[in-house]
Amino acid sequence: MTTTDPYAGERLKRTAFYARAKELNIRDAWAAWNGYKFAEYYYDAEYEYFCVRNTCATYDICPMQKYEIKGRDAEAMLNRMVTRDVKKIGLNRVAYCVWCTDEGRMIDDGTIFKLADDRFMLTCGSPCTAWLEMSVFGFDDVTVTDVTDDIAALSLQGPTSCATLKKMGLQGIDTAKPFDILYFPFQGDTLMVSRTGFTGDLGYELWIKKDLAIEMWDELYAAGDDYGIQPFGEAATNMARLEAAFIMPAMEFNEALRTVNFEHDQTPFELSLGWLVDFKKPHFSGRSALLKEKQRGPKYTLTKLDIEGNRPAAGSYIYSSKLCTKEIGYVTSAMWSPSVKANIALAMIKTDYLEGNLWAEIYYEKELRQYSRVARCTRKTKPFWAPARARATPPPDH
Amino acid sequence: MDHYDSIIIGAGHNGLVAAAYLARSGQQVLLLEAADVCGGLGRKREFHPGFQGSVAHSVSHFSSKIANDLSLSSFGYESPTNSLATVGLSSDGQHTVVKDGRVEGVGEKDAAAYQEYRRQMRRFADALSPFWLKTIPRIGSAGMSDLMTFGHLGLNIRKLGKKDMREFMRIATLPVRDLMDENFENDILKTTLGWDGLIGSKLAPRSPNSAVLAMLYRMAGESEGTHAIPAGGVAGLIDALCQSAKASGAEIRHSAAVSRILIEGGADGLVATGVQLADGQKIMASRVVSSADPKSTFFNLVGVEHLDIGFTNRIRRLRCDGYVGKLHLALNGAPEFAGLDKADGRMIIAPKLDAIEFAYDDAKYGECSRNPVMEIVVPSLHDASLAPENQHVLSAHVMYVPHKLQGGWTDAARVAIGDRAIETIAQYAPNIRAQIIHSEFLTPADLEADYGVTGGHWHHTEMAVDQMLMMRPTYEAAQYGTPVPGLYLCGAGSHPGGDITGNAGHNAAQEILR
Ligand SMILES: Cc1cc2nc3c(=O)[nH]c(=O)nc-3n(C[C@H](O)[C@H](O)[C@H](O)COP(=O)(O)OP(=O)(O)OC[C@H]3O[C@@H](n4cnc5c(N)ncnc54)[C@H](O)[C@@H]3O)c2cc1C
Repeated sequence: MTTTDPYAGERLKRTAFYARAKELNIRDAWAAWNGYKFAEYYYDAEYEYFCVRNTCATYDICPMQKYEIKGRDAEAMLNRMVTRDVKKIGLNRVAYCVWCTDEGRMIDDGTIFKLADDRFMLTCGSPCTAWLEMSVFGFDDVTVTDVTDDIAALSLQGPTSCATLKKMGLQGIDTAKPFDILYFPFQGDTLMVSRTGFTGDLGYELWIKKDLAIEMWDELYAAGDDYGIQPFGEAATNMARLEAAFIMPAMEFNEALRTVNFEHDQTPFELSLGWLVDFKKPHFSGRSALLKEKQRGPKYTLTKLDIEGNRPAAGSYIYSSKLCTKEIGYVTSAMWSPSVKANIALAMIKTDYLEGNLWAEIYYEKELRQYSRVARCTRKTKPFWAPARARATPPPDH
Repeated sequence: MDHYDSIIIGAGHNGLVAAAYLARSGQQVLLLEAADVCGGLGRKREFHPGFQGSVAHSVSHFSSKIANDLSLSSFGYESPTNSLATVGLSSDGQHTVVKDGRVEGVGEKDAAAYQEYRRQMRRFADALSPFWLKTIPRIGSAGMSDLMTFGHLGLNIRKLGKKDMREFMRIATLPVRDLMDENFENDILKTTLGWDGLIGSKLAPRSPNSAVLAMLYRMAGESEGTHAIPAGGVAGLIDALCQSAKASGAEIRHSAAVSRILIEGGADGLVATGVQLADGQKIMASRVVSSADPKSTFFNLVGVEHLDIGFTNRIRRLRCDGYVGKLHLALNGAPEFAGLDKADGRMIIAPKLDAIEFAYDDAKYGECSRNPVMEIVVPSLHDASLAPENQHVLSAHVMYVPHKLQGGWTDAARVAIGDRAIETIAQYAPNIRAQIIHSEFLTPADLEADYGVTGGHWHHTEMAVDQMLMMRPTYEAAQYGTPVPGLYLCGAGSHPGGDITGNAGHNAAQEILR
């Protein structure tokens, strides 16, 4: 294809759903993710958030990196890369995983889809090609293919998501348990649906050949019309995931391979993801460092906080007393949660101080003047938002 | 015996040294060698009936401490007293001869400059000498003895005095070319002295990096960098090491190639528990010590599934392509080099530094040198047992012969480079072709196949600043231990590197016994 555009290589790529998304992006609020033009929000972030929580909404996850990992050694290769036991992932099941450097610092998190005994799909937020290439070396029979551009993926989240898919004709979708993968015939091809998502609510992710993306979108939106379907962007996602206490790169964790300063990255234990590290499985990268970390205890612990008042504690330091003399941590994400009706935050707190008093120094601005106040924080052990429907199978009907 | 204290993989000279030390300390030691004889690249090789050579043909800095510790003299090895002259061959017969601290065949100015050059290089070599027989601590180690080693290294360099210290820092990573041009005028003197900075590495005179350090490494010890052929040849030394190891109780098995290092997982992680032989037999041990090169050890014997990804990648990118080919000639009489009474020195064919550079340029792009440069000895002049009476063996190290030849190695390609090497020798020994009874040329690919060394590399992996000291072969395996508990390295791929020195085997044993 010839082009006369001198900036062709510089422009953001368009996802498979762009033709529809651009019509709905009334505010032209575009951001970028992995080189794709990507909606920050379509109309209003709060509105979209409420759709996610009250009806259903779609999130374009085409820019998420997707790798097909195939071959007799695919399982062994993945098992040596991630901290979870890949052997334990059932066929047509999805598992949330993290992978680490030799030093046990987290490179990224993502999901592994087991599609066959010798075929997996790995998804993650940032390109991982170089690390995968290194991870594959030494295994005889495994190939990694970047299928990000071949597969269109759309996340459908919210209480009416199951009903919408049923209406769309996906018979039996209500039998899918969390992390299950189901397949449906679609226009002579196959639509793969996983019961997964990043909102902590009932939700699904739809995977289809890129060429059929628009047809799928149209059928989904036709079916979802009665169920309040709306697109949602990055801003609403960020709200929903914080309520679910899911971590985000560049917020809760700094990808290890992009971290320059010593220990400015994190271990899974610091991120309270120790449950993902399986010391009973075969050897995996970072194991000895992580075992030491486990025995010694992490320096920091990612902590869920309920904070007094209603001012979000974004960017706050955490102190051990109201006098703010001893700094013991920092807030990574914060918001007023409309669903929980609480001032919530995630914070990295020095593990030694976890049991003591926690105070956040909150900074805010009022008509160009800067203010601060100190608010008491309460630790939470459960996700802020975890409705029963997110786990129920079949999910409640609408 | 169904359980050993230590199993050592490979009975090259380093494996033998490690085995001897460990056995002397009271350990039950089993040494497993793939070949049917001991010695690795130093082992005896009958390349034609009645004619014997060895890939490594001379010894320059075998540690006398090791010789004493292992009582090698009671097994027939004597530290050679008579060193070989290094002879820079000139096509006009006016050769440059370096021997016993003097140089002949050059102008007065060069002869004088050589004295000052030698004084200084000796001082530098002496300052570094103690470290070739020591584990180099990991960076960040705060252990007392580790700190002492660092301190000692610093102190030794400080003790050079301000002027020499600065000079040391200046030249340590200088290309050979600069050092030679700064000091000398005579082209052949430059190639003759610079040779030891280059041989065995993927380095040419103009390559920046580590040639001078390599030279200093080879000047370590009492032999001051001169080469010798011990009584009984290199194989005599190997034989003494073998006997010493056996006398100390080490068990040696030949034709016993290890196919797998056995690794078991437990709650505390992996641990090496023994080895599996090519025939399937499993032998268990408290530790496994490998003198196979790092790539072969980790990738062929351990398997990446037992290693972290970052570590694997550091081993993967070790530079292991050999660039030295080996020529053996069976001759019906002593070779006659124009202008030389007797070819009993170590003869260098490299008319000028540019000749080495151009020879390298060809190899850099995957071709054999059109005009190869080389080092020649005639071992049978020192050890008559190597050839039938009045007949001789010529042994040459030919540079540069790439491990990965463009288009791959074929018989024709091997014959062509062998022929070119003989043609080059004939320019200095015109009668040579008529004397040849048989010739053999080993490319780095042949060395890899016959000796089990990745890339056929002289040092198992390149000797360069980024792969030296506490980075040899890479951090986390540079103190002989490896990320797999119970697995150690003891070959040329470990500090301080290759050549027939025994240092790596010695240091590994000390580390294990610590
Ligand atoms: C062409 C050439 C010329 C050289 N000339 C000289 C010289 O003149 N002077 C000098 O000082 N140095 C010379 N060297 C360098 C020197 O030979 C090496 O650095 C030295 O031999 C390294 O000793 P090592 O014991 O560490 O390993 P090696 O000598 O390589 O011995 C390793 C041993 O391990 C065995 N082994 C490997 N894998 C297995 C396995 N899986 N199971 C069982 N056994 C295994 C091999 O068979 C071998 O016997 C030369 C090198 C080359 C390539």
